Amino acid sequence: MGLMDKHALIERNATLLLVGSLLVVTVGGIVEIAPLFYLDNTIEKVDGMRPYSPLELVGRNIYVREGCYLCHSQMIRPFRDEVERYGHYSLAAESMYDHPFQWGSKRTGPDLARVGDRYSNAWHVQHLDDPRSVVPESIMPSYAFLKDTPIEIKDFSTHLIANRRVGVPYSDDMIANANADLMAQADPNADTSALEARYPKAKVGDFDGNPQQVTEMDALVAYLQMLGTLVDFKTYDEAAGYR
Amino acid sequence: MRFGTEIVLLGLFAFAALVAAGFGADEPFRQHMWVLFFVLAGFTAILLRNTDFKPVAAIDPSAYMDGPIRYGAIATVFWGVVGMLVGVIIALQLAYPDLDIQPWFNFGRLRPLHTSGVVFAFGGNALLCTSMYVVQRTCRARLFGGNLGWFVFWGYQLFIVMAATGYLLGITESREYAEPEWYVDLWLTIVWVAYLILFLGTILKRKEPHIYVANWFYLSFIVTIAMLHVVNNLSMPASFLGSKSYSAFSGVQDALTQWWYGHNAVGFFLTAGFLGMMYYFVPKQVNRPVYSYRLSIIHFWALIFLYIWAGPHHLHYTALPDWAQTLGMVFSVMLWMPSWGGMINGLMTLSGAWDKIRTDPIVRMMVAAIAFYGMSTFEGPMMSIKAVNSLSHYTDWTVGHVHSGALGWVGLISFGAIYYMVPKLWNRQRLYSLRLVTWHFWLATLGIVVYAAVMWVSGIMQGLMWREYDEQGFLVYSFAETVAAMHPYYVMRAAGGAMYLAGALIMAWNVTMTILGYQREEQPLPGSKPAFQPAE
Amino acid sequence: MDYNLMREFADSWGLLVMALFFIGCIGFAFRPGGRTHADRAAQIPLEDD
Repeated sequence: MGLMDKHALIERNATLLLVGSLLVVTVGGIVEIAPLFYLDNTIEKVDGMRPYSPLELVGRNIYVREGCYLCHSQMIRPFRDEVERYGHYSLAAESMYDHPFQWGSKRTGPDLARVGDRYSNAWHVQHLDDPRSVVPESIMPSYAFLKDTPIEIKDFSTHLIANRRVGVPYSDDMIANANADLMAQADPNADTSALEARYPKAKVGDFDGNPQQVTEMDALVAYLQMLGTLVDFKTYDEAAGYR
Repeated sequence: MRFGTEIVLLGLFAFAALVAAGFGADEPFRQHMWVLFFVLAGFTAILLRNTDFKPVAAIDPSAYMDGPIRYGAIATVFWGVVGMLVGVIIALQLAYPDLDIQPWFNFGRLRPLHTSGVVFAFGGNALLCTSMYVVQRTCRARLFGGNLGWFVFWGYQLFIVMAATGYLLGITESREYAEPEWYVDLWLTIVWVAYLILFLGTILKRKEPHIYVANWFYLSFIVTIAMLHVVNNLSMPASFLGSKSYSAFSGVQDALTQWWYGHNAVGFFLTAGFLGMMYYFVPKQVNRPVYSYRLSIIHFWALIFLYIWAGPHHLHYTALPDWAQTLGMVFSVMLWMPSWGGMINGLMTLSGAWDKIRTDPIVRMMVAAIAFYGMSTFEGPMMSIKAVNSLSHYTDWTVGHVHSGALGWVGLISFGAIYYMVPKLWNRQRLYSLRLVTWHFWLATLGIVVYAAVMWVSGIMQGLMWREYDEQGFLVYSFAETVAAMHPYYVMRAAGGAMYLAGALIMAWNVTMTILGYQREEQPLPGSKPAFQPAE
Repeated sequence: MDYNLMREFADSWGLLVMALFFIGCIGFAFRPGGRTHADRAAQIPLEDD
């Protein structure tokens, strides 16, 4: 009767019930989540991943703000049709600097994990301005207001610092130049050699067709145009990457 | 002075909000702080107009504290209508995209408003008020902590208002069902800890030696949600006067943390809490004890033990390591058993009183809720099987599954509890009208059936279209063509949702009239009046 | 603490303890004499308002 008396104790003692159920529900989470932080092979070794440039990060924040993830995934599954439609299946390493992740859970619109370099800047601007003018079947809302909203951030370095605190390897150099890089990336007349050294493969130039000012449209298109373009798949070893 | 401390504190917080509105680091944060300022200042003004300097009347410590429960019942009905209305609007936006109004009322900003509105505002208030109702009556003790119950109620409403207005302003962490930003999360943590103290304190001072099983479910829901909320929302703000924060986790770890949260929000918020509701209100309404109390104990431990593992089934075939996906799948399939154990326990409570399904529309509503619980807890494990999931994931099938659970189980059991509680809370003989409950039942049930059936068809169809190849080995459909094919289903889905909303509006009318003290003169439902016997 | 150690624990002692706990729950619920106890608890909501 020993064990059974113990349960009678639980039934009558609220604190024990509380502790007991908390223990039971904690186990699953710890066993599933904790190993992901310790296992070396959770994230593959790949070449090319780097932190987002300030303009890309602003664009990413706009992507989050507008809830794009509610209709667009950024996670290509290893199926023939998905790989043919969207490109190489997504690797864990490709979202290693994503705070938060944007894998999504619903494809009302197509996957965007590798949308970078697929369309021109002008196409993106036109599509965000009036989606049905380029894709008649689209049910996407218009985001025309992005063109008229200049980026007014007093000090963007605080965002890079916050990211560094949660593990993104932004260097002191990157943080010191955050504001300058933010403006230079969308300025067709700026000298961007230092920026491109800090952020290899960054797309530079005017994105939104309005070189006079840096708008939220510039930032969002800069982000979309770099999605899935960083990893060099020529040097990626499929067999070694399998987990 | 009545409300003295409250008025001073609220005034101070209102002033702090005003300062933050002036010095905020980004425009959405400043706008959000203006909202907070007006809410707090308005609340302060209301308290000031209601204060007086008479000595406070002594409270009978043996009487139940039903004030926050009455407000909670009204809030449940109100937020339910709001959340469902936003749902119908976004359903129509998917069918007719010209209904998007940028920037505040685009689909992407309204959808979190819908999900949080129905899950946390409607469902949360239903849990809050029923848990306070049940814990007092099964412990035979007044709520613990004086006015703590009021703090929990109003604090939770403030959380809802801040979360909802934040979504429209574009303030979001993009974590599904946990979108509010860091400062709103902190506030919810405070309110939730107060809720835990309120609930646990009431249990500790109970006069009944045994803790009734409904309270087990409520308690595990409160504790687990506290844990999930804190871990999933760990993030680093870019500025303490700014709205933006960056998640403490990245990529694959972030995804698993989020869906560990997301799935258990379903498991503990939308299931365990509402099972607590079932274990109290179903026995009360049919006036019989639960079918097997011993089964309910096994149900409890099995459910809370298995649920917490199931999260990775939201990430099948993604970059999450394979072992975690398989683990999630196995536990999800095992979850089927305790779920059906609970369903059988709920349904069999009616054994010997099955005629009440015909004669009592509230019982009918509860039985339908349990039936939908059984259906969606069968569908869920099935969809967590990797082969099925490869087709269903990313499609409307998932959306349909969620709604058969949310509309069918969560919605109907809450409506049943509201219909049971409202006459008792306001000392009315009966509801304003039972015939309106019947109308509500049929509108809601029909709405769910339309919704779920349409989403099955559109989900499976789109999943198949995405992977269809022709004889030459080319993909048959472009993505845009699969979107166009969804249009008729999106129209029908909106119609199903509108039916469900119409039922909720009828409930709002019925509850309002009951509270105001009216009774509709109507023919009694067939069989419902045993006093009236036709001459033989 | 590394993953392999945890895994080893999970599919040996951990599994055993969890299974025993669960069997204990079932055993408790259906112990002889448990019926009256449970029946009394099941009456709690019906006793008054």
